[in-house]
Amino acid sequence: MSAVLEVSDLAVTFGTRDGLLKAVDGVSFSVSRGEVLGLVGESGSGKSITGLAIMGLIDAPGRIARGSVKFEGQELIGKNENTLRSLRGRRMAMIFQDPMSTLNPVLRIDTQMIETIRAHEKVSEKAARARARDALAKVGIPSPDERLLAYPHQFSGGMRQRVAIAIALLHGPSLIIADEPTTALDVTIQAQILSEVQTLAAETGTALVWITHDLSVVASLADRVAVMYAGRLVEEGQVADVLTQPLHPYTKGLIESVPSRNRRGSPLAQIPGMTPSLACLPEGCAFRPRCSRATEICLEAPGLTQHVGGRRVRCFHPSSNLGGGA
Amino acid sequence: MSTPILSLANVSKRFVKPLDASERIANLLGAHREPQIVRAVDRVDLTIMPGEVVGLVGESGCGKSTLGRIVAGIQDPSEGVVAFKGQDIARMNKAERRQANLAVQMVFQDPMGSLNPRMKVLDIVGEAPVVHGIIPTQQKERYVSDLLGRVGLDASAMRRYPHQFSGGQRARIGIARALAVNPTMLVCDEATAALDVSIQAQIINLFVELREEFGLTYLFVSHDLGVVAHVADRVAVMYLGRIVELGSTEAMFASPNHPYTQALLSEVPQLEPKKRKFSALNSEIPSPLRPPPGCSFHTRCPHAFARCETDRPAMQEVGPGRLSACHLNDR
Repeated sequence: MSAVLEVSDLAVTFGTRDGLLKAVDGVSFSVSRGEVLGLVGESGSGKSITGLAIMGLIDAPGRIARGSVKFEGQELIGKNENTLRSLRGRRMAMIFQDPMSTLNPVLRIDTQMIETIRAHEKVSEKAARARARDALAKVGIPSPDERLLAYPHQFSGGMRQRVAIAIALLHGPSLIIADEPTTALDVTIQAQILSEVQTLAAETGTALVWITHDLSVVASLADRVAVMYAGRLVEEGQVADVLTQPLHPYTKGLIESVPSRNRRGSPLAQIPGMTPSLACLPEGCAFRPRCSRATEICLEAPGLTQHVGGRRVRCFHPSSNLGGGA
Repeated sequence: MSTPILSLANVSKRFVKPLDASERIANLLGAHREPQIVRAVDRVDLTIMPGEVVGLVGESGCGKSTLGRIVAGIQDPSEGVVAFKGQDIARMNKAERRQANLAVQMVFQDPMGSLNPRMKVLDIVGEAPVVHGIIPTQQKERYVSDLLGRVGLDASAMRRYPHQFSGGQRARIGIARALAVNPTMLVCDEATAALDVSIQAQIINLFVELREEFGLTYLFVSHDLGVVAHVADRVAVMYLGRIVELGSTEAMFASPNHPYTQALLSEVPQLEPKKRKFSALNSEIPSPLRPPPGCSFHTRCPHAFARCETDRPAMQEVGPGRLSACHLNDR
């Protein structure tokens, strides 16, 4: 299958008073048609900035320092704003965590949806309205005809997120980047949204990059997972492989620190220390000060190495049960 | 049987939005506007024994935080009796009431919102024990540095302001402040919800350690079933202001009785790497302004039958120490 999105060696820097911060540093991955990639990391790991950089939405003081983002074979870095605009919302779309800040609070839903359709296609208002209505029905909003006439504040949080998803789907994009779209929702509502998204991705063949801090969401939704730490990709592979046999000590620590009912009462495994500030990253491997496997060699920055099963890991001491690097 | 440290009997909390001027004028002219009433907590019974960890779970708007605040004495119930060590709090005199309130402390979700940004940690943690005469002013520094050590912070932290700490450290400061007045019970309202997974694990472990060290009793309010399953001895599940199921954590997670608990448990994403179909409960939580009659869950319940729409199910025993409010148990 051909890759819809190919990111290679992407780096995003922010100029601050404390010097240049590397929010994203040499990130590479690709997503194929119909595939769901989970992009996992804790706050400040650069996962959201990666998503924004792909969409071409990095604003000053941030800038893309190097690397390439190829979308359907087309290089996006360095493209002018007009070209990007014609792609965004049509061929590639983004869903954010807080739908209240993506929807305009003073415009009715129909106005916003019809505007989105007509921005990219010459269609009559009537046809656009019919399409907007169908999109709402597709994401499971009851009585879409009436709901089209409502304002964003008249929807509940879950319904608002559905509207945002419906807007993202309007032009049948080949890539959707979803940035923590279910984090603010209750579990039963999150389950509804995940189930809708699963069906839609399978039906339309849309590639999905699902940015989240929640490994368990990735476990049930994604095909592949990429784990980020302090701006770098530390591990990537098939979800089943990574979650059952994590190679990188950080991934292992993350998985073990999730409270689960299997190990009730016993203390949770914890990663000592805290995520380093991007302004003063430790030399070499950024995870070194918190890592139990660290040795002298970790003072150098490790590269991404290939492992069996198409897995990649950035560590000098990966878990050994899978054999060495290639 | 020993006396429960805290018991709630038939406790309700109503929030009323009174009519504004225009609505009152409309009523004078013959309209029939009524004040809006939310029953955030609706006739709840709950007992908490000394040394126990009780988890309180539910979705947003179910009233779990309000119930937590009633337990902590921050809010008074509209009806019902809150008893601390067997004594009705409403009938206590001022000094007794103060003691009861000190004994139950609260740890909040957002440490940045609950720590005064203009106070140094020394004052944030040390103010209350000095005011309440637990320690003399001269000992404040030593007392605070001890406490900070207990929650895993360096003593030098007391010279700094809240904004100089990370989220996890701020959570620790919030816990140190709660511990400063020697409480017997902590109410943790989503105390780990804002933290990253690896930091959350550290804080949960801290709660468990402190429990053993100080013999604390906890009410753990959370929407995260994984966290609750890990720390709690007993779990209470709330839906639209009512407790619908109550029982030991192991029994409830092994075989949930109430259809809502079943749905809640089945929809928690698991760490098992397999694609699965989310079965999705239909529709959303009804507005607490107009809760459905009868069983409040009947609008979303896959097993609802005629009686559920009219009769409110009572809590009844469905196993040793397990209570559930569902008409299905009568069938």
